[in-house]
Formats: sequence, structure tokens, C-alpha cells
Amino acid sequence: MQKLVEKYYRSHNLPHIWCPGCGHGVVTMALVKAIDKLNLDHDKTIIVSGIGCSSRASGYLNFDTVHSAHGRALPVATGIKLSDPELNVIVISGDGDATAIGGNHFIHAARRNINVTMLLYNNNIYGMTGGQYSPLTPVNCKASTAPFGTIERSFDICDLAKSAGATFVARSTAFHTQMLTDVIAKAIAHKGFSLVEALTQCPTSYGRQNKIPRPADMLKAQRDHAVTVEAAKKLSPEQLADKFIIGVLHQEEAPEYTEQYDLVIAKAQKGGK
Amino acid sequence: MSKVVLMQGNQACAEGALAAGVKFFGGYPITPSTEIAEIMAKRLPQVGGKFIQMEDEIAGIGAVIGASLTGKKVMTATSGPGFSLKQELLGYAIVTEIPLVLATVQRVGPSTGQPTSPSQGDIMQARWGTHGDHPIIALTPASVPECFTLTIKAYELSEKYRMPVILLMDEIIGHMRERIELPDSYDEIVKPERKKPTVPKEGYKPYHDVDADGVPPMATFGTGYHWHVTGLIHNETGFPDGSPNATKLLMDRLNAKITDHLDDIMMYEEYRLEDADIAIVAYGGTARTAYAAIDMAREQGIKVGMFRPITIWPFAEAQIVALASKVSKILVAEMNCGQLVDEVKKAVNGKIPVELLAKYNNEAITPKEMLQAIINLEVTEPCKN
Repeated sequence: MQKLVEKYYRSHNLPHIWCPGCGHGVVTMALVKAIDKLNLDHDKTIIVSGIGCSSRASGYLNFDTVHSAHGRALPVATGIKLSDPELNVIVISGDGDATAIGGNHFIHAARRNINVTMLLYNNNIYGMTGGQYSPLTPVNCKASTAPFGTIERSFDICDLAKSAGATFVARSTAFHTQMLTDVIAKAIAHKGFSLVEALTQCPTSYGRQNKIPRPADMLKAQRDHAVTVEAAKKLSPEQLADKFIIGVLHQEEAPEYTEQYDLVIAKAQKGGK
Repeated sequence: MSKVVLMQGNQACAEGALAAGVKFFGGYPITPSTEIAEIMAKRLPQVGGKFIQMEDEIAGIGAVIGASLTGKKVMTATSGPGFSLKQELLGYAIVTEIPLVLATVQRVGPSTGQPTSPSQGDIMQARWGTHGDHPIIALTPASVPECFTLTIKAYELSEKYRMPVILLMDEIIGHMRERIELPDSYDEIVKPERKKPTVPKEGYKPYHDVDADGVPPMATFGTGYHWHVTGLIHNETGFPDGSPNATKLLMDRLNAKITDHLDDIMMYEEYRLEDADIAIVAYGGTARTAYAAIDMAREQGIKVGMFRPITIWPFAEAQIVALASKVSKILVAEMNCGQLVDEVKKAVNGKIPVELLAKYNNEAITPKEMLQAIINLEVTEPCKN
């Protein structure tokens, strides 16, 4: 692991800003392992993030990196990828960043099927601003802006991505780190828009408000409520009621945006025929 | 060699961008600027460039920021409500020093306002629309040929000073058709290039003012420099640094990019000002009225001329100060309730009277209206203070 840190991290920017017990460091290392596993060209790999706890990861990773504005990672990533399709473009975002303020960009990046991988650190809360509810905070949970429990229903972001047109969708957790690395690698290798939802614990802003303040208990909850795609097939809807499914949830082949645009260029240069 | 064509201002803006070497456009349809996007959608792929219609205005400027990082010359275009939405990432591009050209064709506001009617109500939004202290360059064309030349100039300034440049058009200029002489080939037009780093990749600091001109060299993404771009206040390494010292250094350098290069950035036209007693200050579509009104007034023996700011931001403060010692009265004409007039008054500082001819009813100021304002001004006594 030390070798990976030396190779891929901006060590001079460490230690990171994340709280003790936060899962974001584990998720970030899973991304680094996936990049290493795929042996991606270091110079041709771009990391773009939005704003929030998870989005600070871009500053710790030694690539060309953009810490963009809140919710806007995908538009910036879209511009980079379309402008130079040779680049591997990876987006790091959080649940508030990606699905609230960036929700519109999220569905449209999926719809276009542009070859960008989005790694969504889902800690079910706005951590940076101190524990407000996000579109991925489960109903009835406490948040600093929902002191009596949330009444809003949450997105299943993987279902949303698939419905919007994403051609690769996977989910894993900070507990299931090997699987997380594996699905991130598959997502990056996939041609088209790919989403990996990484469930990660926020003991400080989510756990303390919801009576699970110990990081270990939050990790155990990830372990106990996760069911693999294969195992889920054998379970009844009742047995799956309080579970979530991890693994590759969806994969299909479809025309990729930048390749389609190359065809537009070819057509335009032939006089539109 | 050149060719003469009849063309709309919006079209000339798009052609100017192509002449300057634009390779990426990201935008969203909005009246009265949509023609720029439509032309780009057709012309960019013909030259191997990329066009994308994004899901909203913010995404449009977001995409061009990304494309600019890959070393391309980029454009987004908008109007009124879209200009409001773009302010968020305009500020991002200013503080991260990412070159881009933002064309905005002013229409009547606030809000949806009158989408097809002319206005010059976004003068102050162009200056202060995005939050926080920041420098900005905005150029205002007053003719179709100038839409072409000023768009090229916008790229020159944007790449040279590593900052966004606003092409602040108005509906009159954007939708007006007139004669324009264009080069047969854009190959003969010098393509502005941004300063690239010459240091070894390991030692590259993306915000280090190596040449002491306020403009740090900018590496292209994907070429191995591994640099970090953030909207947080940062030091010369590009990494967040919220210390008072780093904050002040960054703000001072950003502002100095303008204040140290005013001669290079400041463009203006003087029309029949040589012997003028009255100066009209007008810009964009309103300047077209002023040419006619001045000629009419001159026929009646009134010595009047025009100072036309072409660079609207930074404001031509020194030029207005000089003007105030040359003429005895200034009339500021604009299609809003009075925006640039306050900048003029600030520069004149009470030395001579400054009057306002404001029109904000969806219609352009007519030459007759402006002539009447000139006559009214001529008969009033200069103030005695």
C-alpha cells in the first residue's frame, strides 16, 4: 500500500481532512488500486470532483485534477472528455453533490453515455456542512436540517443511473473493499457512462445523529445489509426488504458519445452527407 | 483576399471565433443569442472542432472550462437569464485562470423580461455578476464587422491574460444585418496562444508568476504536469491555502493582470470629438444612434462628438478624466435606467455636468430623441460649482 501511496498520492498534501473513522480514505484507495490494476497512463488520466468531503480527494491524487464547483464535476468532465477523448476521465462526487445540486448533470451524462466513470461516495449526508439531509438520506433518518427525521424519500441512485441511460452501474461499500476495487476497475474499463456507488460511513455527521456513532458499527451495518447480486437472486422480496444489492447491477453496450461525435465530424466534413 | 457579405452580428461573432481558432463550444439555446450556437453546431465539426448542447446554462460554461483545460480555444454564448446562471462558473474560471470567451447578447430584463427586445441592462452584471472581488474584461461591439474583430480580440486577451473575456453584445447588434468584409481564409489570422510552461514537469507551479507579468504559464491537461485546479483560494502551487498572505497575493495578482496592462486592454473610439463642446458617451447599439444624432446636431452648428468605450470593463477611467477637461458637458446614453453613467460621474468627479439619456421601454433610442437631448443640454447653463 505504501508503494501505491508514493506512486499515486500527493503525499505533501497529507494528512487528509477527513474525520477519524470516515470511509472516504478507503474508497479513494480502492480507486487508486483500480487505476493501478488497469495500469492506466498516469499522464492521460484526469480526476474531476465537485464540492464536499469526497470531492477533496482530487487534491490528494497525483494526476491532472479539477476540484470544480458544487455539483458541476460532470459538465467539466464532459468538456474534457469530448475535447480530448484519449484522456481517461474519472469523476469523484458525493451524494449531495451528484444527486441534488448536480442531479440534472447526472442524468444527462448518463443519457449521453459519454465515456466517463463516476465514483459516487455515498455517506447519506452532507458531511462538510455539518450533517444536513441529502437526496440519498434514508427516510426517517435524523439530520441537522431534519431534526424530527426526514420525510423525503431517497433516490436509489443506481436505478436512476440505469433509467437515465448509464451503460454500467455497480455498487459496493467501504467494507467490501476488494469488490469495490474490482467494480471500479470494471467501470473504468467499460466504454460508456459508468457509475459506481460506494457506500461509505460518516460517523461524525450521520452516525452521531442516528445513534450509530462508532465507525465499526457503521461498517458492520454495511456488511450485514449488503447482498451480492448472485445471492440476491435466491432471496424473496421479503428477505431483501432491509438489504441492498452490491456488485455489477447493470451492463450493456450502447453507442458512446465521443465516438458518435467523431461520426458527426466525418459527416460534416463530407458536406453533411 | 477578402469577400464582402451581408451578415448578422451573432453570425459575425461565430465567424470571429472560428477565425481565432475556436475548437469547442458548449452552450444552451436562448434568445437572442441562439444563432451563435446554431452556427457553431454546423461549422465546428467541419473544422474538426466539437459542439455540445448541454442540459443547462451552467453546464454549458462547465463544459467549456473542461475543454479549455485540454488546451483548446473555447466559447459559450448566452443572454439575459442565461448570463445570470453562468455567473457561478464565470467566477470559477476567473479564480482558476482558465481562458474562455463568453458571448452574451443583452435582452430586456429582469427575469424572462422581453427576450426579443434590445437592452443594455447587463452592464453591471458583466462587471459584478459573480460573487466576490474579481477582475473582468468585457468588450462591446457596435457593428457587425466589430462583432468579428472583437471576438478575435476577446480570444487574444483571454489567452494572453489567462482569464475569461465577456463579449458583451446587445440585441440590436446581435440581430442587425450589415456589410462585412471577411478574409477568404482564416489561415491568415494569427491564432492567439496561451503561455505554456518551460520548466521541468516536476517543478511546475501552475500559479507561479514566473515572468513577473501576472500571468502564470498554463500546462495542458494530459501532458504530464499533474496540476490541480480548485476554486478555493490557492497559492502558487495551485493547492488550497486560506492564509491571509496567500489570499491577498492571489487577489492582488488577479487584479494586477488588468491594472498593469490597461494600455493593452483599453479600446475606444472618438467620433467628431476634436472641437467638441459636448461629448456623448455611448456604446453598443446606442452608439449607432449617436453617430446619426451627432451628424444631425453638427448640421445645426452644435459642437458635439462621441466617446465610445469598446472595452467596457475595465472602465476607461483615465480617458473620461481627460475628456472632462476637454468638453464642457457629457451626455451618457444607454438602454437601461442608468448604469455606466455612474462610472462616468465617478471619473468626472463633479468637474463638469454629466447627464443621462436613458431608455428602457424595449425600444432603441432614436436619433431624434438623442438630438433633442443634445439640444436640451446645450441650452442649459453649465453648473457653477
